[in-house]
Amino acid sequence: MDAVKTELMKKSKASRQDQRGKLISLFCIFLIMLVVLSILYMITSKGLATFFENKMSFTDFFTKKVWNPSAKPQPLVGALPMIVGSFGVTVLSAILAAPFAIATAVFMTDISGKRGQAILQPVIELLVGIPSVVYGFIGLTVVVPFTRAVFGGTGFGILSGTFVLFVMVLPTVTSMYVDSLKAVPRFYREASLALGATRWQTIYKVIIRASIPGLLTAIIFGMARAFGEALAVQMVIGNASILPQDLVSPASTLTSVLTTGIGNTVLGTLPNNALWSLALVLLLMSLVFNLLTRFIGKKGAF
Amino acid sequence: MKSFGKGILFTTVIAFILVLSGCGTQSQKKSVTIVGSTALQPLVEKAAADYQVKHDGVDITVQGGGSGTGLSQVQQGAVDIGNSDVYAEQQDGIDAKKLVDNRVAVVGMAPVVNKDVPIKNISMLNLQKIFTGKITNWKEVGGPNQKIVVINRAQGSGIRKSFERVVLKGKTALNAQEQDSNGTVQKIVQATPGAISYLSFSYFNNQIKHLSIDNVQPTAKNVVNDNWKIWSYEHMYTKQNPSKAAKDFIKYMTSETVQNNLVSDLGYISIHSMKVELTPDDKVIPIKGAE
Repeated sequence: MDAVKTELMKKSKASRQDQRGKLISLFCIFLIMLVVLSILYMITSKGLATFFENKMSFTDFFTKKVWNPSAKPQPLVGALPMIVGSFGVTVLSAILAAPFAIATAVFMTDISGKRGQAILQPVIELLVGIPSVVYGFIGLTVVVPFTRAVFGGTGFGILSGTFVLFVMVLPTVTSMYVDSLKAVPRFYREASLALGATRWQTIYKVIIRASIPGLLTAIIFGMARAFGEALAVQMVIGNASILPQDLVSPASTLTSVLTTGIGNTVLGTLPNNALWSLALVLLLMSLVFNLLTRFIGKKGAF
Repeated sequence: MKSFGKGILFTTVIAFILVLSGCGTQSQKKSVTIVGSTALQPLVEKAAADYQVKHDGVDITVQGGGSGTGLSQVQQGAVDIGNSDVYAEQQDGIDAKKLVDNRVAVVGMAPVVNKDVPIKNISMLNLQKIFTGKITNWKEVGGPNQKIVVINRAQGSGIRKSFERVVLKGKTALNAQEQDSNGTVQKIVQATPGAISYLSFSYFNNQIKHLSIDNVQPTAKNVVNDNWKIWSYEHMYTKQNPSKAAKDFIKYMTSETVQNNLVSDLGYISIHSMKVELTPDDKVIPIKGAE
């Protein structure tokens, strides 16, 4: 009897494995949380130092147009041109990429069948793997002269940035939208066709309509990628912290100013803190993008 | 048994990482870490490679990151040597008294224009007017009726500080395009009609045109006696008491071998050839006995 009892009281091998697995997962999660929290703390404390330690005005930061944090005696930290520039390239490239992404995704799931997808999938995924400096360089040597020749100006500006980002966000949006198109239940298609709808009518009136939350999520993910992209945009946008008047004059983004400036400033000084404030804006925006996708995801049909 | 296998894999990976990362710290090599200026980086990298061939047992790591990063890292003691294009005295947030300056090279900079701009010489005053936005068309300085596209350098960068010290003399620069690397500027000036910017001498090529100022050519010969005004030092800063390995490497950098070969090969100017000195408060004084 006792032997059975001890056997029962002892932890089984499976439960020990279970515990060990739990422990490892917890450890990993804890580590990731620690990393995320320390990054958040670093950016927030440095970013807010501009306003609390260096006593720069919060409203000036979001509304003034001149960016010269190392100016003496009065440093100027007007981030409006960068904020406008960042949103400009992000929104425009998303608008430009959306129709292409929709068409590609629909073609892959509903028109071409298996073969089309077998070819297109790797092509799209390859676009993701290309380093951004390559996009930037192509932008500098091909897109900028093209924009200059066709649209005038110097070629540097939001328009060139939009073109480069368009190619960079296209794969993100497409592959995410493909997934949500695949999630549209088969019986939607079958029912639509059974009612006598043509393939085009089915795609247009049923499949795309049903997958709109997925499409929006995909586009917002693309925008998050565009918003955070630094190097490629920096090479083609011109980096002039001037409030953009049109799409072909030099502008700047939060990331482009951040990357050009961070190496030339010293930790703890105002010019450095001001750059961290830009990083904080970037961080908050990516948080907003994230929350938006969650919000839309909840409203989704499936 | 499957999970047992995974456990082994996991432990092996961890052990592997520990062993690999342990290798660096436990070896007997003396290491020197150098961070900072990207303008000086190619020279230091080349010199470090040569040095390590001659001196087995010294491990030199050279990284970019910018002058500000170099200075703040060496001030914090995170690295052995901080490379900088500017005097530590001129960088906000750096206590120059805690650092030791070692000047290892001189860099000359000159205005460059797109090849299609048909002028060869410009007066200092007109150059200033272009970069402050008072002159916006090439016809005002004897060129064709074409808009001037100013490409400035990144705010706070060493090259911009040097250029503004001599050319703008305290005036505020026009708010224009900014680029942070010599290579990118070179490409943009080459490709943009009517473009003007400034580059280190070593980035001149025959696809772009460099201008002389007040009929002085941008050459090393004109820099050494300050006939050409736009130049600066490349500094390697250490703490007050650097390690012996760091000290030895800096000694090597300033030795005749490096200064007479590598420095001029890569388009810098030897520190020993200078007949004038530029002080941290921007005064140019002749060096005694250099004539």
